[in-house]
Amino acid sequence: MISLLGLIGRWTLEQLAGMGRMVRFLFSAFAWTFRPPPRFRLIVYHIKSIGVESLSVVLLSGVFTGMVMGLQGYYSLRKFNAESFLGSAVALGLLRELGPVLSAFMVTGRTGSAIAAEIGSMKVTEQIDALYSMAINPIQYLVSPRIIAGLISMPLLTAVFDVVGIYGAYLVGVGLLGVSSGSYFAGMESSVVFHDVWSGLLKSVSFGLIITWISCYKGFYAPPMATGVGQATTESVVLCFILILVWDYFMTSVML
Amino acid sequence: MIKVVDLHKSFAGHMVLKGINLELETGKITTIIGGSGSGKTVLLKHLNALLLPDRGGVLVDGKDIIKLGERDLNEVRQKFGVLFQGAALLDSMTLYDNVAFPLREKTKMSESEIQKRVEERLAQVGLASMGYKYPAEVSGGMKKRAGLARALAMEPEIVLFDEPTTGLDPLLGKSIHHLIGKMHATFGFTGVIVSHDIPEVFKISDRVAMLANGTIVEVGSTEEFVESNNPVVRQFLQKDIEGPLSVL
Repeated sequence: MISLLGLIGRWTLEQLAGMGRMVRFLFSAFAWTFRPPPRFRLIVYHIKSIGVESLSVVLLSGVFTGMVMGLQGYYSLRKFNAESFLGSAVALGLLRELGPVLSAFMVTGRTGSAIAAEIGSMKVTEQIDALYSMAINPIQYLVSPRIIAGLISMPLLTAVFDVVGIYGAYLVGVGLLGVSSGSYFAGMESSVVFHDVWSGLLKSVSFGLIITWISCYKGFYAPPMATGVGQATTESVVLCFILILVWDYFMTSVML
Repeated sequence: MIKVVDLHKSFAGHMVLKGINLELETGKITTIIGGSGSGKTVLLKHLNALLLPDRGGVLVDGKDIIKLGERDLNEVRQKFGVLFQGAALLDSMTLYDNVAFPLREKTKMSESEIQKRVEERLAQVGLASMGYKYPAEVSGGMKKRAGLARALAMEPEIVLFDEPTTGLDPLLGKSIHHLIGKMHATFGFTGVIVSHDIPEVFKISDRVAMLANGTIVEVGSTEEFVESNNPVVRQFLQKDIEGPLSVL
């Protein structure tokens, strides 16, 4: 019994220490952002890899999410003779929840895993030690630019997701199922307020932080062995998904 | 002069270094030999504070680098060049950019000056026309040579070599030793080589130290070392399975 309690206690302490290390890692990344030399070129490079290169997957998932919402929304609303509310239902759903969350999932799968794998393999092959030995701080060189790029890219990708999602639902609702185009957009215009837009974008900024922070951290502390990179990648993706959903709940409850 | 004082290091309760005391003379090449897992690389990584000890210190020109803050430590680290075991080239960059990297990051040299320096270093290691290649596109030997070019790019006072010939065939290993010797003659750096490639590595070493069971069991000039009567040294040099060192 005592040994079981000891194990639980040790596990709890390890988890708390891990969380503390993660938070310290984040603060360190922010602190290094403001120390010279500025890393504008690296930030632009990572905006390209996190943002531009995720665009196709975000476009594709956005348009199909919108199409499904158009289809499901139409048949649900028809039961109440409320098909004209399709536009507002789709827009509110996308702007507040599905846009930020699903685009964050897409970026986690495509870019977050790549970040963890890249930094993890740099750790395993001593490239991070090489940076230290050249008097270059790896957090400043590898982590801070990615976090800044994530903060900038994620809301832009979410905005793209929202727009193509709305047009995907339009394609199905108006083009295939016969909802009037005027009522689709008029309903949207009357029900969507600025708060819906910025609350969604604010969520996406925080998701951008979560994805880059967790992925960089997991890569940075990848176990120094061949399987370590795979382990770090898997853990980063799973943790990102969970944190995105948990954080989404808290943000929604605060911003409603 | 680098002085290692009473260095202790353990990992997960396993003591790897048990009080190392060692002086590395300026301008000389000191080779640290020892069996696999004896802690040679761990010791080497303490010399520029890539690892921090549990106890003890590392004095570089009289300063204990273990106690330095980040800014001062980075100043000291710029005196060092390191050739890592797997070369540790940044795989997102070409060989040229790898060699240029510390110069771009840490000096105010113009791009034309950097180009001149990089091309010179690549030529010195026999990679004059290979600068456009990525690390994944070249052989292990070429990676080591590019790593050596990068280690020497900043003209460091001290160069650390972590098993520079591991994984290479004997001929290529010999050529890397020859290259290290040639570069040492050109630049006059203080060299520290970690290796178990004996006796080949002795040809370029001024001094040899042997690490076994977490301590330095013998240190001296190469000639003295080869003549040593220490049973641990004799067993290692004669490659005997039986002896004071447990092999398996």
